[in-house]
Amino acid sequence: MSGILNSSIGRKFAMALSAFFLMFFLLQHFVINLLSVISPETFNEVSYFMGNNPFVQFLLQPVLLIGVLFHFIMGFVLEIKNRKARQISYAKNNGGANSSWMSRNMIWSGGAILLFMIFHFNDFWVPEIVEKYVEGKSQLGKDFHHHVVEMFLDPLRVGVYVLAFVFLALHLLHGFDSAFQSVGANNKYTKGLKTFGKLYAILVPLGFVFIALYHHFFHIH
Amino acid sequence: MNLTLKIWRQKNANDKGKMVDYQISDVSPDMSFLEMLDVLNEQLINKGDDPVAFDHDCREGICGMCSLYINGEAHGPDRGVTTCQLHMRMFNDGDTIYIEPFRASAFPVVKDLIVDRSAFDRIQHAGGFISVNTSGNTIDANAIPVEKHNADKAFEAATCIGCGACVATCKNSSAMLFVGAKVSQFALLPQGQVEATDRVLNMVKQMDEEGFGNCTNTGACEVECPKGISLENIARMNQEYLKASLKG
Repeated sequence: MSGILNSSIGRKFAMALSAFFLMFFLLQHFVINLLSVISPETFNEVSYFMGNNPFVQFLLQPVLLIGVLFHFIMGFVLEIKNRKARQISYAKNNGGANSSWMSRNMIWSGGAILLFMIFHFNDFWVPEIVEKYVEGKSQLGKDFHHHVVEMFLDPLRVGVYVLAFVFLALHLLHGFDSAFQSVGANNKYTKGLKTFGKLYAILVPLGFVFIALYHHFFHIH
Repeated sequence: MNLTLKIWRQKNANDKGKMVDYQISDVSPDMSFLEMLDVLNEQLINKGDDPVAFDHDCREGICGMCSLYINGEAHGPDRGVTTCQLHMRMFNDGDTIYIEPFRASAFPVVKDLIVDRSAFDRIQHAGGFISVNTSGNTIDANAIPVEKHNADKAFEAATCIGCGACVATCKNSSAMLFVGAKVSQFALLPQGQVEATDRVLNMVKQMDEEGFGNCTNTGACEVECPKGISLENIARMNQEYLKASLKG
């Protein structure tokens, strides 16, 4: 058991576990964001709860940060190792003949998502943390919805978000069923799982895009 | 058919190597790819040049010796065949064909298009076997009941000829389809259960030590495998490995 993370299969397994966790987080993030369209009041209540509940703040949040960091760092470590495994490239390589563009370019879609996350954290997470833990202000009665609407007034920001979700969809189109394959799930349910994965990979990012565009065009306070 | 061939030439393992252009004419569409290379080599020998070194043995698609990365694909553009079973009818008159060795740090080039695939042998030595006492009182394998579904899956896994196309085609040079097949063929049979834990741990350890890359589930190996070994075998190996790691 001790050497499992030093083995190629163990690393795959760890990548898959962090991917499951992040995909679950993404879904709950989407559901909460959707509330900003359906019911601003409920969105404010849920946002306050997520930002101030000790269990969410001091247990789930650090676990999420570790999961995100682990997924990115391990992704880059594996890419470096994989490049070392073929030091001389082919003069002609027809990768498109046997695999999808998404599967061959996870490092690029993942890299784009990382850049977006820095941007996104700077938009929402960092100001929140500063407000709560540096300035020591109470968030009781805060209009989180107003902040979201204000952020999405800027068309450039909306453009960055839409582009990032395209990369997220590309990443998930391969990543979803790849994670299941990595943990050894390849059986009679695989076909259904792949279809569900494709739907998840397209509908969830599309939903995020819808929310960003909704707030940009309708900016209802 | 008249063709332009761009072939990797490398004198020995220490030579840098380079792509060299050759013209070949009057190629019959019925020739196999290796026969076409035989004709080229005859021409080179007649001119006093060094013939192109390439691996081959049975030329019946079963030994796994012939390799070659042809126009960007392991064993060329046809599916479910090795290079010896690839025919020139898959190409057109006037085509330029790139011919390169299987590329992976774990498969160093010996000369021209020949690579050293002994890393696969070492993986097999690490656990790709069952220990059976053959002193005369061995139980007949047919006397041990095996579920039909498992017997079929084990047989499918056992059709792997160890050619290395999976490694050559994988963008990460991963050997997991090969090792997955070798682990699976025993994991599915009662005879393989006794040494199951050590087998998968040792074979994966050896695979990692040989410098193969990590699988990212692109599925290219399954497409290019001349024997159609399924990705299901990699998933089974992953399961076996996790079970063994928890036990061991």
